[in-house]
Amino acid sequence: MPQPASRPEMPVAAPDARPRVATRDLRAFFGQTPAVRGVSIAMAHGSVTAIIGPSGCGKSTLLRCINRMHETVPTARVEGSVLLDGQDVYAPGVNAVDVRRHVGMVFQRPTAFPTLSIRDNVAAGLKVRTGKPKSRSELAEIVETALHRAALWDEVKDRLDSSALGLSGGQQQRLCIARALATSPSVILLDEPTASLDPISTQSVENLLHELKGDMTIVIVTHNMQQAARVSDHTAFMLAGEMVEFEDTRTLFMNPKDERTEAYITGRFG
Amino acid sequence: MTTSPPETSQRPVPEPSPRQTPLATRVQRAAAERTARSIRGRRIRSRIVIGFMYLASFLAVLPLVLILFHLVREGMQSISPAFFSQLPAPPGDPGGGMANAIVGTLILISIAAIVGLPIGIGAGLYVAENRGTRLASTVRFLADVLNGLPSIVIGIFAWQVLVRPIGNFSALAGGIALGVMMVPLVTRSTEEMIRLVPNSLREAALALGYSEARTSLSIVLRTALPGIVTGALVAVSRIAGETAPLLFTALGNQFWSVALDQPIAALPLQIYYYATSPYEEQRALAWAGALVLIGIVLIISLGARMATRNRFGLGSGD
Repeated sequence: MPQPASRPEMPVAAPDARPRVATRDLRAFFGQTPAVRGVSIAMAHGSVTAIIGPSGCGKSTLLRCINRMHETVPTARVEGSVLLDGQDVYAPGVNAVDVRRHVGMVFQRPTAFPTLSIRDNVAAGLKVRTGKPKSRSELAEIVETALHRAALWDEVKDRLDSSALGLSGGQQQRLCIARALATSPSVILLDEPTASLDPISTQSVENLLHELKGDMTIVIVTHNMQQAARVSDHTAFMLAGEMVEFEDTRTLFMNPKDERTEAYITGRFG
Repeated sequence: MTTSPPETSQRPVPEPSPRQTPLATRVQRAAAERTARSIRGRRIRSRIVIGFMYLASFLAVLPLVLILFHLVREGMQSISPAFFSQLPAPPGDPGGGMANAIVGTLILISIAAIVGLPIGIGAGLYVAENRGTRLASTVRFLADVLNGLPSIVIGIFAWQVLVRPIGNFSALAGGIALGVMMVPLVTRSTEEMIRLVPNSLREAALALGYSEARTSLSIVLRTALPGIVTGALVAVSRIAGETAPLLFTALGNQFWSVALDQPIAALPLQIYYYATSPYEEQRALAWAGALVLIGIVLIISLGARMATRNRFGLGSGD
């Protein structure tokens, strides 16, 4: 009989123990059906955390709870708390839209806005930021920086005003990454970002994650264990909504403590 | 539809192996015969049914072809530059045109668009974005009911509400009546177009920090816009030819008038009044008017299709 894994202590294994993102007994439901059962983890600043697990284990749901995207689904419900820099984003009075403006998200399929140009796509997130409006030159600089970081600048620098639909799938996904980066979030969530990409695009996205992690907290959901092993510092294994194990990546893959983790990573199921 | 099953009736019956009895051979041959007969029968039935389908398609298209043929034959002889520039002549006098009716129709559909499009697009957007709520289902249902109302009922209603209190027939009343007829058409087509916008786009906007309202308007609506424009133009071309609502509202006008608070001429009305006229000249003009009306509707529809052919916002880049 599997034990509920609602451990009250927050396992963090990082030199810089400032947890940027933490969840406390997080539970998520679709109607009456639980999708995430009491997860408590913390992710430190400057680290990449991968969440792995078989299909339907709740890893995407967990990710979407972090920036309050889960509740955009009808009948979805969240209990527990998610702390961003120590502040509970589910506290009463906190505006979900505000939360999402501090967190960047990249989805499984490229979601470039079809009616906007490449430039406008990258700058789309900047339009809803508060603070003094940026001048055109400032915007152009931000767009260029973001496209450089997403390794897309060279391919699009001559056609920034053309439609985003003219790009290939891999380019569109990098465009979505640039769009998420343009707002300088401190946390970036990636939900299987390379699932629909070819191997070369996948590699460039993984390289990107290496470069980015210095000044951001990155959480990536992937069902490709090799990818998790390649890119992440810490890995969390989820099964049927529970957080089974959360270790630094080497330990989890070389020396898993839970037998279910070992069964999954050796391919006995999932 | 053009492929046919292989000619199995000509497939040779396999030679019996030395170990098979004569009975087995006869059974085998009989089975092959039955198969061959049934395949022949099936092919014949298939050809009959396909023939019926061609016939049905032909009959479906026939009325349209006959109408267009008659329109062109009867109407072309009265089409001249004068038709587009002159007012109707007194009964019995030759010549004259329907300039006032053409302009009147254009004015009426403009008023209808101003009334019907904002309401229709707004309602369609609401219903599409709030699917599943009771209010959205109710609105959609009521729009369908309104769509089914006979146009003459809408005309009488408009007469009661817009003409009687004011005291005279007016272009505004006619335009509003047509606009009311447009609303359910535009609501439905807008809703369909917005539902085609993938949910992933909505999620991407929300994850960027867009509010629900901003997501609806600047992302979803904008992406669906080409389709919405098509739906709007189709609705306009549908009501351009409506006559019943105009009978009690715009009434028609033999003279040149573009005042919104006065009766105004309109092509469907002129056709109606002239088609059963005792004067041959007027009947000929009615045909010409019908031809021009169809021409206007065709131009609007073609314009709608061309406008959306290249710029449709949805689709992937791969």
